[in-house]
Amino acid sequence: MIPGSFDYHSPSTVEEAVALLTSLGEDAKVLSGGQSLIPMMKLRLAEPAQLIDINGIAGLEYIREADGYLTIGALTREADLDKSELIQQKYPILHDTAHVIADPLVRNRATIGGNLAHGDPANDHPATMLAVRAEVVATGPNGARNIAIDDFFLGPLTTALAPNEILTEVRIPVPAQGSGGAYVKLERKVGDFAIAGVAAVVTLDGNGNCSAASIGLTNVGPTPIRAGAAEEALTGNALSTDAIAEAGRLAGEASQPTSDHRGSAEYKRAMVQELTIRALTKAKVRAEGGQ
Amino acid sequence: MAQQNITIKVNGTDQAAEIEQRLLLVHFIRENLALTGTHIGCDTTHCGACTLILDGKAVKSCTVFAVQADGKEVLTIEGMTTNGELHPLQEGFMEEHGLQCGFCTPGMIMSSYALLQENKNPTEAEIRWGISGNLCRCTGYVNIVKAVQYAAQKA
Repeated sequence: MIPGSFDYHSPSTVEEAVALLTSLGEDAKVLSGGQSLIPMMKLRLAEPAQLIDINGIAGLEYIREADGYLTIGALTREADLDKSELIQQKYPILHDTAHVIADPLVRNRATIGGNLAHGDPANDHPATMLAVRAEVVATGPNGARNIAIDDFFLGPLTTALAPNEILTEVRIPVPAQGSGGAYVKLERKVGDFAIAGVAAVVTLDGNGNCSAASIGLTNVGPTPIRAGAAEEALTGNALSTDAIAEAGRLAGEASQPTSDHRGSAEYKRAMVQELTIRALTKAKVRAEGGQ
Repeated sequence: MAQQNITIKVNGTDQAAEIEQRLLLVHFIRENLALTGTHIGCDTTHCGACTLILDGKAVKSCTVFAVQADGKEVLTIEGMTTNGELHPLQEGFMEEHGLQCGFCTPGMIMSSYALLQENKNPTEAEIRWGISGNLCRCTGYVNIVKAVQYAAQKA
């Protein structure tokens, strides 16, 4: 399949890319890893007249800790996240996530920035970013601003990015002592979008009680969903089997799945409930120092 | 039609052309260069038949524009043979009956090549994970895995 015709731009700095976005207006689209956008262009679901390829911008591929944050450059490939020792050892929830995004070939191109900026509730990073309470950096003509992840996803394929802003960095607070997180995805086969996915982070206090919990849900609504009632139910209580089961029930209630070829809404809600239990159980083990 | 001059080093040789900016890398390889060993299967980023190596990484060439490969290096299945000698992976697919119809084979070999570059001695699970972006509709993968193991042992 052949995409519609477009003018291709390959800026070498963020400033240049933002200037292009500003001058070219609504016809312009940013190309990052391209693993969602190019298929959409081939299917003519997207027909940007101006394509701004940011892959030539140096300095947007990095994974590092500084000032209490893990910062990840927007052009960091999923394969590099998947293989990063820092991520594997200190941020296993991120490794869980990157590891199950599409397949190895797609992960060699696909970027974390693109995964978020695309705004697709079926993508895996969004739920995880809700769970780790990330923020994203949007760079526009007036410089950079930070957007809390809870304010970022506005609807299907719609984010808080202004038309002339580029997502340049993802910022994740370094986890508090006694924290653990996990991402669990149910998929029909490798490479498919999730039937449902659940990201969970818990923090245990000195007595083993849950002092903080956060839960994000993949592909069961128009945006990634925060399971707020489940989080509240867990906070301040022991992470018992019963408490985790109740959180699963509440997360299932918070989901808004629709029936499609991946299953009925009822099935997906049941899967959210079970996956939440599994994600919380794994997060708890990790918070206690296990794998 | 937006045109652009590009130069891509394909299998060691610089290939310059004036192309449409919307041309996909797989079409440049197959149609401009007549290297038809790289196949088009699903054309929607699922099957991996179009896999080639772009600057050392295995990618689906139906999901990269040719202009994005300007100034970069590409290795295709045609570049795997040196002086008429088959690459151990090619030999392995023959010896272990790693193909039936052969449609997925070039992509399987290129993904396996990238895997063995990173991991000289992969376990069976690592091989299966490494080729999980490539679909075969004939063999059921068992002999493909054996073919990669053959190549790993020989290298």
